Amino acid sequence: MSHKQLADDQLFQQYCKKVKADKRNTRLWQIVLFISFFVLWEVTSRYGLIDRLIFSSPTKVWDLFIANLLDGSLWYHLRITLFETVAGFIIGTLAGIVLAASLWWSDKLSKILDPYLVVLNALPKVALGPIIIVALGPGYFSIITMGAIISVIITTLVVYSSFNEVDENYVKVLKSFGASKWQCFKEAIFPATLPSIISTFKVNVGLSWVGVIVGEFLVASEGLGYLIVYGFQVFNFTLVMYSLLLVAFFAAIMYQIVERLEKILIKNR
Amino acid sequence: MSFLHLDHVSYHYFYKKGYTKALENVSFTVPEGSFISLLGPSGCGKTTLLSIIAGILEPSEGTIQLEEKPLEASKLDIGYMLQQDYLFPWKTILENVLMGPKIQKMQKRAMKEKAIKLLEDIGLSKVIDSYPQSLSGGMRQRAALVRTLLTDPKLLLLDEPFSALDFQTKLKLEDLVSGLLKEFNKTSVLVTHDIGEAIAMSDKIFLMKANPGEIHEVFEVPIEIRNLTPFQARKHLKYQQLFDRVWEELNSLESQTVSR
Repeated sequence: MSHKQLADDQLFQQYCKKVKADKRNTRLWQIVLFISFFVLWEVTSRYGLIDRLIFSSPTKVWDLFIANLLDGSLWYHLRITLFETVAGFIIGTLAGIVLAASLWWSDKLSKILDPYLVVLNALPKVALGPIIIVALGPGYFSIITMGAIISVIITTLVVYSSFNEVDENYVKVLKSFGASKWQCFKEAIFPATLPSIISTFKVNVGLSWVGVIVGEFLVASEGLGYLIVYGFQVFNFTLVMYSLLLVAFFAAIMYQIVERLEKILIKNR
Repeated sequence: MSFLHLDHVSYHYFYKKGYTKALENVSFTVPEGSFISLLGPSGCGKTTLLSIIAGILEPSEGTIQLEEKPLEASKLDIGYMLQQDYLFPWKTILENVLMGPKIQKMQKRAMKEKAIKLLEDIGLSKVIDSYPQSLSGGMRQRAALVRTLLTDPKLLLLDEPFSALDFQTKLKLEDLVSGLLKEFNKTSVLVTHDIGEAIAMSDKIFLMKANPGEIHEVFEVPIEIRNLTPFQARKHLKYQQLFDRVWEELNSLESQTVSR
């Protein structure tokens, strides 16, 4: 018996080892890909295989990064864009959820608003940029609005449809105890749809970046979107690449934070 | 004394292109402390009828009285058990069970003690703080039973509560539920399509027919069977006799529908 047990344990250890090795292998390839991208970029740029003026090179971007880090301009522009994106994300997502909840609350309202939502959803929100800027003035406020408006309608539609997909028997259980509509929402509808609400968070992170960067393209005199447009206008593509890499890095971080949040909020399912 | 009384209840489902009459002229009376079953093929409106009694649907015609008062006045006295347990997966068993008191804003501490005691009685003491997905189907349905009983409803509505379980678990739960209901002297209405279950558990069986849903025939369950547990009842000679009668009646109903 104990002999058999030992064999089982050995098998299990082998399995664990294999899983670990697999994971390490994947990570290794990710790193190889990362390094070879930058090495290839640097080498091709240095030997003139790609146009240095347009594609710059990692070392030049790095030098710029260090310089901007030291003189504080990195933090200055980054701070503005980050603030606008996070604000746009939160406002857009919350407004979408509130709107979805009011559609769920009133069937009448959802029927009346239905065609408008369809049109607004189909409309590219970025096209509203000029109007928003004229209406709200050039500044943070219209850029944050851009970041929010781009995600609010899609959030509304997705969250509303998941509210409607909740098994009505959960509501039946609550109603048999005499629950009010608010109690049904609070105890069944909202917690049941939390996973899909969080997955809209993930989509909205990306969308808010789009809204804010486009907003900065149009109007800003500071922020990463501004730096990209400015770099383009003065043909300083090192600046463009540097801003792009910063956007990529911080967008990834925001996404990671949302993923953490997801793990905390829905650990019991 | 009439505890629950339905008087000429009808129900229509309306669509864009017409309507179906789910229930027509359903009248019956349930005395206090008794157990009745609504038996019938699918589509005969038994679940609709239960939802009407629960106050979730409004009948298009007819009235319902609970203890000689109109239904609206006594909504809180009804417990509802569904085909599946519908325990909330994001709540522990104890939190699930305490759902009723929470909705009705009852005193928390006393209810919590009562809930723990009931859960212990029913054999769920080890899983009080577990989440529903770690429980077997039978355990989950037992937890749902505790949730229903905790608010101390006077009338219990059971909508095929055993049909999603395997046969062995089903038989055990039938005994448990039947015992508990007798112990607390509850009045119950069971909806089922299982002839055996209806006979083994109830005092009276209303056989329903479909299109539109009507009560076709009423069977009194022999007194010898009523006092047995469902499991013992199934072995009684009279159980078999009644089973055959109901079976034939259901068959003749079916052939009528087909020939029509």
